[in-house]
Amino acid sequence: MREQMEFVQNFPCFSIMLCMFAGIISSALKGKAAKMVNMAVLCINILMSAAVLLFAAYAGEFYVYVMGKFPAPWGNELRVGVLEAGMALFFCVIMLLSLMGGRHKLAQEVEAGKHGLYYILTDLMLSSLLALIYTNDLFTAYVFVEINTISACGLIMIRQNGRTIEAAVRYMIMSLLGSGLFLIGLCMLYDMTGHLLMSNIRQEVADIYAASSAGGSFHVPLLVTIALISVGLAIKSALFPFHAWLPDAYGYSTVSSAAILSSLVSKGYIFLLFKIIYRVIGFDAFRSSKIIDVLFVFGLMGMVFGSLSAIKENDVRRMIAFSSIAQIGYIYMGIGLGTQVGMVASVFHVLSHAATKSLLFIAAIGLTDVSGGSRKLIELTGSGYRNKIAGATFLVGALSMVGVPMFSGFISKLLFAQAAVQNDVKMLPTLIVLGISTVLNAIYFMKTAIRIYTPVEDTGYPTVTWRQNKTYAAALVCFMALNVVLGVFSQPIVDLIGLGLDMFA
Amino acid sequence: MGNNLFTNYGEAVAMVLFVIGFGNLLLQSNLIKKIIGLNIMDTAVYLFLAEKGYIRGRVAPIVVNGVQSVEAYINPVPSGLVLTGIVVSVSVSALMLSLTIRLYQRYHTLDLDEISLRLKKEGL
Repeated sequence: MREQMEFVQNFPCFSIMLCMFAGIISSALKGKAAKMVNMAVLCINILMSAAVLLFAAYAGEFYVYVMGKFPAPWGNELRVGVLEAGMALFFCVIMLLSLMGGRHKLAQEVEAGKHGLYYILTDLMLSSLLALIYTNDLFTAYVFVEINTISACGLIMIRQNGRTIEAAVRYMIMSLLGSGLFLIGLCMLYDMTGHLLMSNIRQEVADIYAASSAGGSFHVPLLVTIALISVGLAIKSALFPFHAWLPDAYGYSTVSSAAILSSLVSKGYIFLLFKIIYRVIGFDAFRSSKIIDVLFVFGLMGMVFGSLSAIKENDVRRMIAFSSIAQIGYIYMGIGLGTQVGMVASVFHVLSHAATKSLLFIAAIGLTDVSGGSRKLIELTGSGYRNKIAGATFLVGALSMVGVPMFSGFISKLLFAQAAVQNDVKMLPTLIVLGISTVLNAIYFMKTAIRIYTPVEDTGYPTVTWRQNKTYAAALVCFMALNVVLGVFSQPIVDLIGLGLDMFA
Repeated sequence: MGNNLFTNYGEAVAMVLFVIGFGNLLLQSNLIKKIIGLNIMDTAVYLFLAEKGYIRGRVAPIVVNGVQSVEAYINPVPSGLVLTGIVVSVSVSALMLSLTIRLYQRYHTLDLDEISLRLKKEGL
C-alpha cells in the first residue's frame, strides 16, 4: 500500500516537530538565544512549506502522511494539499514579519527576564497552528486547539498589567466555552460514525445524510453536531455576538502579540472550520443544514456592528481591533453564501485580512511611538510626517481595508460580490451590507489616515527616520509588498485556492 | 424518543451536566465558580464518552488468561480520548486558577464584573 515517498513529503511532520522541540529547547535558553532559535525555526519552516507547496502544486493532488505504524481507520495521519501548504507558508511569513516589526517594543513591554518565555510561546503557537493546518484527525485537532488557546493566552498576559490579565481571563473563558462545544460536538460525531479520522467520518456522514433525507433517524443528531462544531469554532474566532473579549485582548497586549493574535490565531480556527466543512461534514450536507444561514446572518451583523464600534472608538489600537470583528464577519458571510466561489472568497479574505491587520497593528505602533506613546487619535495628528514609513504603511493598510484597487482588500471584496451574485436569495442582503460596510470602513480608516497626515505646528514629539530602526522598516516594507502582491497578482493565488479546495474534500 | 431517553440515561445525565457546566462558565461572575463550571462541563463530556465506550458485561481490553476474543472487551478508544481530555482540562484549569490568583492579588476580589468596572475607572 505504501508507495515510495519523496523526502519532501516528510516536511509537514518535520515542521510541526521542529517548532515543538524549539519551544522545549528554548526553555533552557536565555532571551537572546531563544530569539535566534525562533528566527531560525521560522525561516526553516518558510523554506520547508514552500517546498511542500511546490511539490503539491506540481503533483496536482493531496497526499496522506501516516503518523506511526497503524494505517487509516486506526492510526493518526496528516493530509497535505496545495491549500494546507500554502496556508502554512503564509502563516510562517506573517509570524516572522510580526515578530520583526514588534521586536523593538518587546524590551519595553515585557519584563526583562521573560523574553525567552515569549519566544517559547510563539514556538508553541506556531506548532499548534501548523498541526491544525495539516492534521487529518479530529481529536488531534481538538488537542492542538487547546494548545493554541493556552499559548495565545500566554501571549496576551505576558505584558503584565491589570488590563491584560483581565483580557486574558475573558479570552480564556470564551475560548473554553468554544472548545467545550467543539469537544462535545466531535464526541457526538465519533459516537455516530465510529471514526476520528476526517476522511473516514466523511463517508459515514454521507451515508447518514443520504439515509436522513429518506427519513432516517440520525438527521437531528447530525444537525446538532454541525451546529455545536460550527458555533464552537465561531466563538473561538470571535464571530460577532461572541466578540466581547477581543478589543481588550488585541488592544492592550504587546504589539507582536496583537498582530499574531488577530492575523493568525483566529484564522487557524477558521481554517479548521473550512476543513471540517469540506472533509468531515461534506459541503452538500453543510449547505443543506440551517446552520449556514445562522453563520451568514451573524457574519452580516458583524460586518456592520464591528465597523460601528470602530467608528466610536478613540483609541487607535482598539479601533483596529474592532475592525477585526468586521473582517471576521466578511469571512463567515463568505462561508454562509454556500457556494464554492464564496468559499474561495473567504479563503482569500483570510489571507488578505491576515496580511493587512498585522500590518496595521505594526504600523500603528510606529505612529504612537512618535506621539508620546499616546494611542488617542487626537494625539496622532501629523504623526505620518514624524515617522514617514509607518505613516505610509498605515495608509496602505487603510486603503486595503477600505477596498481600493491594487491592494488585497479590493480583491476580496470583488470576490465576495461575485460570489454573492451566484446566490439568488442571499444576493441582495450581501451586496447591501457589503456596500454599507465599505462606507463604514472608509469612515474610520480614512478619518485616521487624514488625521495622521494633517500638518501641525511643532508638537515637541521626536521625528524618526527608517535608519534608526532598520528591522522595523524592513518588516513594514515586506508587509506593504505582501499586500500589493496579494492585490495585483491575485489571479494565480485565487486559482491555487480553488485547486486547493478541490483537493480538500 | 422517551424510550431512548430511558435506556440511554447515562448520556442524558451527561448532557444535563454539560449544560449546567456551560451555564456556570458563561453566567457566573465569580471566577472560582466559573472554573468549577468549566470542570463540570469537561467531566460531563468524559461521562458521555465513557458511556459510549462501555458495553455491558465486558471488561477493559487487557488480555488475561489468554482470552483474545473481541467479544470479551469494551471499545478502548473512548477511554483513550477521556485520558487525553483529562490532561487537557487539568492544564487549562491550572492556567485559569493562576490567572485568578493574579487578579485577586491585584484587585482583592473574585468578581469579574467588578474588576472590569475598576479597570474602567483606572482608565489605563
